[in-house]
Amino acid sequence: MEGRILEKQAVIEMRAVTKRFVDVIANDKVDLKLYPKEVVGLLGENGAGKTTLMNVLFGYYNLDGGKLLINGEEVTFSSPKDAINHGIAMIHQHFTLVQSQSVLENVMIGMEGSFFLDKKKATEKLLKIEQEFGLNLDPKAIVWTLSIGEQQKLEILKALYRGAKILIMDEPTAVLAPTETIELFETLHTLVDSGHSIIFISHHLQEVMEICDRVVVLRTGKRVAERKVSDTTIPELASLMVGRELLERLEKGEAKVGIPVLEAKNLKGRNSRGIIAVDNLSFILREGEILGVAGVSGNGQTELSEILFGQVKPEEGEILVSGKSVPGGSPSAIIKTGMARIPEDRIATGLFMDLSVKENMILESHVNEPISKNGLINMQEIRSFSQNCIDNFSVKTDGMDVPVKTLSGGNLQKVILARELSGNPKVVVACQPTRGLDVGAMEFVHQAMLNQKTAGSGVLLISDDLDEIFLLSDRIIVMYEGKIMGEMSSKEADRDKIGLWMSGVAS
Amino acid sequence: MINEIFSVTFITGLLAATLRMSTPIILATLGEIITERAGVLNLGIEGTMLFGAAAGFLTTLATGNLWLGVLVAALGGIVLSLLMAVLAVYFGLSQHVSGLGITMFASGLAMFIYRLAVGSPTVPPVIDPFTPMVIPLLSKIPIIGPSFFSQYSLTYITWALIPVVSIFLFRTRAGLRVRTIGQNPFAADTVGVNVNLTRTLCLAAGGALFGVAGAFLTLAQQNMFLIDVIGGRGWIAIAMTIFGNWNPLMGAVGGLIFGFLDAFQLRLQSLGVDLPFHIFLMIPYLITILALISVSRKATVPAGLLKPYRREEKGG
Amino acid sequence: MISMSIVKRKALPSWVMLVVPLAAVFVTLLITSIPILIAGGNVFKAYSSLFYGALGSKFNLMETFVKASPLVLTGLAVAFAFRARFWNIGAEGQLFAGAIAATWVGVYFTWLPAFLVLPVMILMGFLAGGLWATIPAFLKTKLKVDDVVTTLLLNYVMLHIMGALLFGPLQMPGSAWPRSASIMDAAFYPVLIARSRFHLGIIISFAAILVIWFINSKTVFGYQSRGVGINLEAAKFGGINTGMVILKTAIISGGLAGLAGVGEIAAIHHHLMMDISPGYGYTGIVIAMLGNLHPVGVALAAFFFSIISVGAQTMSRVAGIPIYITGIIEGVSLMTMLIFLLLTEYKIRWTKS
Repeated sequence: MEGRILEKQAVIEMRAVTKRFVDVIANDKVDLKLYPKEVVGLLGENGAGKTTLMNVLFGYYNLDGGKLLINGEEVTFSSPKDAINHGIAMIHQHFTLVQSQSVLENVMIGMEGSFFLDKKKATEKLLKIEQEFGLNLDPKAIVWTLSIGEQQKLEILKALYRGAKILIMDEPTAVLAPTETIELFETLHTLVDSGHSIIFISHHLQEVMEICDRVVVLRTGKRVAERKVSDTTIPELASLMVGRELLERLEKGEAKVGIPVLEAKNLKGRNSRGIIAVDNLSFILREGEILGVAGVSGNGQTELSEILFGQVKPEEGEILVSGKSVPGGSPSAIIKTGMARIPEDRIATGLFMDLSVKENMILESHVNEPISKNGLINMQEIRSFSQNCIDNFSVKTDGMDVPVKTLSGGNLQKVILARELSGNPKVVVACQPTRGLDVGAMEFVHQAMLNQKTAGSGVLLISDDLDEIFLLSDRIIVMYEGKIMGEMSSKEADRDKIGLWMSGVAS
Repeated sequence: MINEIFSVTFITGLLAATLRMSTPIILATLGEIITERAGVLNLGIEGTMLFGAAAGFLTTLATGNLWLGVLVAALGGIVLSLLMAVLAVYFGLSQHVSGLGITMFASGLAMFIYRLAVGSPTVPPVIDPFTPMVIPLLSKIPIIGPSFFSQYSLTYITWALIPVVSIFLFRTRAGLRVRTIGQNPFAADTVGVNVNLTRTLCLAAGGALFGVAGAFLTLAQQNMFLIDVIGGRGWIAIAMTIFGNWNPLMGAVGGLIFGFLDAFQLRLQSLGVDLPFHIFLMIPYLITILALISVSRKATVPAGLLKPYRREEKGG
Repeated sequence: MISMSIVKRKALPSWVMLVVPLAAVFVTLLITSIPILIAGGNVFKAYSSLFYGALGSKFNLMETFVKASPLVLTGLAVAFAFRARFWNIGAEGQLFAGAIAATWVGVYFTWLPAFLVLPVMILMGFLAGGLWATIPAFLKTKLKVDDVVTTLLLNYVMLHIMGALLFGPLQMPGSAWPRSASIMDAAFYPVLIARSRFHLGIIISFAAILVIWFINSKTVFGYQSRGVGINLEAAKFGGINTGMVILKTAIISGGLAGLAGVGEIAAIHHHLMMDISPGYGYTGIVIAMLGNLHPVGVALAAFFFSIISVGAQTMSRVAGIPIYITGIIEGVSLMTMLIFLLLTEYKIRWTKS
């Protein structure tokens, strides 16, 4: 982006900001400056401290050390209200919207005004802002009917309605389709041209290079680098982010592709709103291959995984494991087939956070011998089984008796992998297995998937991370609005075509 | 007997009793709707109502002033609900457990202070209760006159409160805050709404209503205090909140239905209908359960109910 | 403005967990000395008469055990249910069901050989309470109806069923009062220690503690019910039949409360009447929470409450404090315990703005 004059006075300065949680230092004396009319990218891998830093700026967290200066004057924020009053707004990764309320009510919440809600006046003001920035939404629409991209526009409108001059966007493109990302970037250009400043948190280097003027890189809580986008390259940023060369050293063994181990036939299912999410979907997964299911989050992947895991009964269609039909809607039936299941939300679906590591390890095997017999559990067997799992999968834990919530995200995923993969499964279904993990843990999960393939299993990898799909898959299929748009072998994979499929453009 | 049921006197008496007996339930339901809309389940209603009943009664017994009794009952309800706020909102303890603890504590406290003040006389003390406020002209209309327009002033106030609470929740800025907190407290926090303070205020408002509901039973509907005066109405209010889908008007309708069943069952007994008296007493509770079953499928529970709100501590 | 926030703290050494209940009891007694003072009592005299009344002599101590027995059972009933997040507020009604069944057997099953009467009575009482609890459990799992409300409402339903029976088929012939005939001699819980009321039911309660502890820690069912209570979705994901788990939990929970009802008939009153229970089912809730849902904790909490309850009678006689102080002590001890438990995991941070 050219043609802007950088004024000397920084709009925002974060000076030596430190933030601690119990015994973890999330932000360690971080400096950050933001000037008017610019987009600054905040880079770092999962766990580097980007969101925490911005939450401090946004008043959601209190500073433990350092200073915050707005236009040169020191300020203290004790709640987001203070930040809003200074024109700072944050658009979080998880939207702060009330799904059951209207666009207008979501915009009006918390604003000053008369005792009674003046919807007419608010609508006028909202429409004016919509027009000024090209973000068109029907004020009366109920939020859950809006697409994710539209909901994000609503978040931006909320910020502008409050007169925000500084927008913090946390991983905004994570949930957008390629076309929606283009629209977002247009909006950001409009905002910058009219005097706003933007902090853009992301770990998508390509997008950062496209939209930002400068980038600041965080690593394990510290600020490690700052670059002008024009002066740097993606590989440089990547290595700054992880502190070494970003080349996953993966051992990709060879495997012979054999008989089908998992088959989905004409699966049809609805989501919690009653809308069709999986639409007449079929695929075949064979032993010895990794089949990647690509697609932007929200196109039915969650619902598909729930059907395959047995959590939800498909409205129509059939699941066959190793050629045998499995009744739908029964997790125990799926478990009996030996399928390894890596759920999308490990904490909500796969773990008992307050129970110990060993108690989590036995979730699926607890009904079988030797873990239990005649309804009585065998503690010795549990301990030896759990120790094996911990050793084989290098789970970093203070023993098997501590509550599993003391483990880091990566180690939680290792617990799940250990639990699921220790039985030498023929089929592995993994849904967003590296979400929220740092690069080290990601590498571990990737290697585990590849090892399974080499050992002769069939692995279904559902992921919204296209890099991951390309890295691991032998074949790729793309999901859009519950349907499969197309299939390609990874050797001949055409990234552009896959991008089009992901946006719903059939070929 | 069928003739008797459809007689004018029976119907008039039944309608009047319905409105009268549903008053405490409607009041308590309105209070719980406000509280749950903000995301807090207050199981302390039963104990708070008992405390309101005792405190109100004792105040009137001592001063002879009925409205002062109502005021003290309301204040007592507020204090108890603030205690609930400390436990469940600020400390973030389980709402189920905190509420039950409040009910235990408040019930014990109510009976304790009553026993301290009054001792154990053979004949329990009575007060001069509220008398119905007869609205001129309107009360002369056949059937609905005596039943609708010859009620206690507290009943009229209760009915006036229904649109007030509705308007508050759906047409005011403060009401929007309350509803947002109940659905997505994070959303409210990020726009600068003080989640915990709002929840506390809603609890307090609910508490005031619970206290008055209890006092109605000892100052209007009856004129003395008995240990079982509340008789489970606090729990009914929780059921009515669900039944009414957290909407003040629908919750009031639920309260009305329960009051009707209560009144009907009393009258059937006096007509000499030959069923064991206890079967009648059961009817309102059974019907409430059936009503809950029928609505549970479509209930739109406030999404933030039962979860204490703390600013999330996540790294990254 | 000063605002308060709760932040996680570093793990405390495990000996703290032993001190916490004692600290909670101490603080409770401190706080409840306020109403004692308001009642014009001498705090020292009040508390010493309370403890003497409960523990001061062999007879008093036996009485404390007697009073603890139903509290242990209802406490276990509620704790076992709460552990699986089945919010059983209906222990009172389940107790009534057990008492009704025990009365029916105890009065009318005269055709049974004497040695079978007690076992049959205990079994029927357990089943009655257990079955009554399956109704709200079924409503919860199949129809998603809130269990707090249903278990509660059913208390009143069972109360009135009892009333209808006591004014009807179970009523003692010739009586105008709602009471049943007395149960036969073979249905009495034998007294086990001379010159006291220490009876078989107390042994049953202690056995129940061991059984529940065993179920919780040594069985698959115990693991599953704990999982269901902690994370229903993960339990389902893991192939656990959560509906069956909740149903079985309900039967055991209701059954334990039913046993409490049996005890009141077989050991204390020997016939059924309307006020067969002074709120044991509700007190059980407080006991369960005070005991942190653990069987041994429940036993200790039940014993604590029994001390309060038995001692309060002496306290009211000797120091003139109304007996309802027990409700206050119960409520305060619960709140104090909860706050202390919270403080073992979190600390309070005050921030100025």
